[in-house]
Amino acid sequence: MQWESWSAFWQMGGAAPFVWGSYGITALLVAGELIMVMHRRKDALRRLLRLRRARAGGGSGRRAFEEIVE
Amino acid sequence: MMKEMKRPERGKSLFRFAAPQLFYPLAGALAPWFAGAAAVLTIIGLWLAFFVAPTDAQQGEVYRVIFIHVPAAWMSMFVYLIMAFWSAVGLVMNTRLSFMMARALAPTGAMFCVVALVTGALWGKPTWGAYWVWDARLTSQLLLLFLYFGFMALTEAIEDPRRADKAGAIIALVGAVNVPIIYFSVKWWNTLHQGASVSLTKAPSMAATMLAGMLVMALASWAYTIAVTLWRVRPLILERERHAEWVAAELDALEGRI
Amino acid sequence: MKPRSKRLLLVAGAVALLVGAVALVLNAFQQNLVFFHTPTEVAEGKAPVGRAFRIGGMVETGSIRRAADGVTVQFAITDTAKVIPVSYKGSLPDLFSEGKGAVVQGTLGPDGQFQASEVLAKHDENYMPPEAQHAVDQAKKAAQTVAQ
Repeated sequence: MQWESWSAFWQMGGAAPFVWGSYGITALLVAGELIMVMHRRKDALRRLLRLRRARAGGGSGRRAFEEIVE
Repeated sequence: MMKEMKRPERGKSLFRFAAPQLFYPLAGALAPWFAGAAAVLTIIGLWLAFFVAPTDAQQGEVYRVIFIHVPAAWMSMFVYLIMAFWSAVGLVMNTRLSFMMARALAPTGAMFCVVALVTGALWGKPTWGAYWVWDARLTSQLLLLFLYFGFMALTEAIEDPRRADKAGAIIALVGAVNVPIIYFSVKWWNTLHQGASVSLTKAPSMAATMLAGMLVMALASWAYTIAVTLWRVRPLILERERHAEWVAAELDALEGRI
Repeated sequence: MKPRSKRLLLVAGAVALLVGAVALVLNAFQQNLVFFHTPTEVAEGKAPVGRAFRIGGMVETGSIRRAADGVTVQFAITDTAKVIPVSYKGSLPDLFSEGKGAVVQGTLGPDGQFQASEVLAKHDENYMPPEAQHAVDQAKKAAQTVAQ
């Protein structure tokens, strides 16, 4: 262990904003990407399911299908 | 008769996973393992980075930015090369899945590119005395980010998926030329950015524990990239193959759960 | 030829052409891609005249002098072959020190004095704990005494 105390650890030898800023921004970007991937998956699946229901609906389904494709 | 003859042959080769129908469940099964590996490696890497690696004689504690900066920069370049590889495969072999892989990789590559640029700026200020300079290394890395954005914008903007794939593939292949330029910029020109600490041609100029931390973080970003790409390619496959019967079956199973 | 090999040839040919073109362009712009000039280049008159440019090198040991006004710093920058005296007003980066790399931006006066408007520290790619650095320094000193 090379830190004399936890406060020394958090101070990072005076470079705290730069070191913790770097790690913090990276963590935010990674978290943001994971959330976006989940959202995109849900959106895509919802759209596909709607498309399928519209086509299975027949008759008026054709119109609904085209609306969704648009 | 034909089917019976074809089945065992397909079963042997790994190439059968080039079929979206087989790759889709494979990707779903593999992704959590890579995500788990990424999480474990990140924890080990951070522990090495902050509690095992010593202070740097030149820079003090601020050098600890290296443990994300360098792996992210490596990853941003490497992901672009893999994107170019899949694009070339797609153009030559006419395989749909290759283009989908290229598209699924781009946002993660761009994310790592942003991480490399932002952490670089935060590291540059306290050491060099400037957040940004227009030297060959920094400028070519910024160009890489624009190439990622260009690839994503173009493939999103073109309606016809086949034309979008081809246009994206051209950007990916043309832009790949920039990757060796980034890598060798610090050798070819005078730059403010220092040379490579780790390369294939010489012994690393780093203390062993520092190097270990950096390499573990690099492995973590590899695992992360694979997991996220697999997760991203799955809905892409479903959308592109939505007229296939197996997708209908897949959607049946999902009905009422989304 | 099968269409697949034809496409492969096309893609490979296009990429090869592109690499060639980029190599030519980069070669042509070689001078502009350089972030700084070395003191030797400046002494040989290869640095741009009449506009600001950068000089990169090592801060000569024992050359840093602070003026009485407290903000002006004088030092010399060298590539071990040529030395250029630099004058600068402002704050210096933490890593700026004698015997270490630096890049200065500014203009060269007719008296050969470089007026810097910006000073950046350039560090090397070696990372080691202080104890190891100390050992390296000791070894260097020992080698120098032997050489003398």
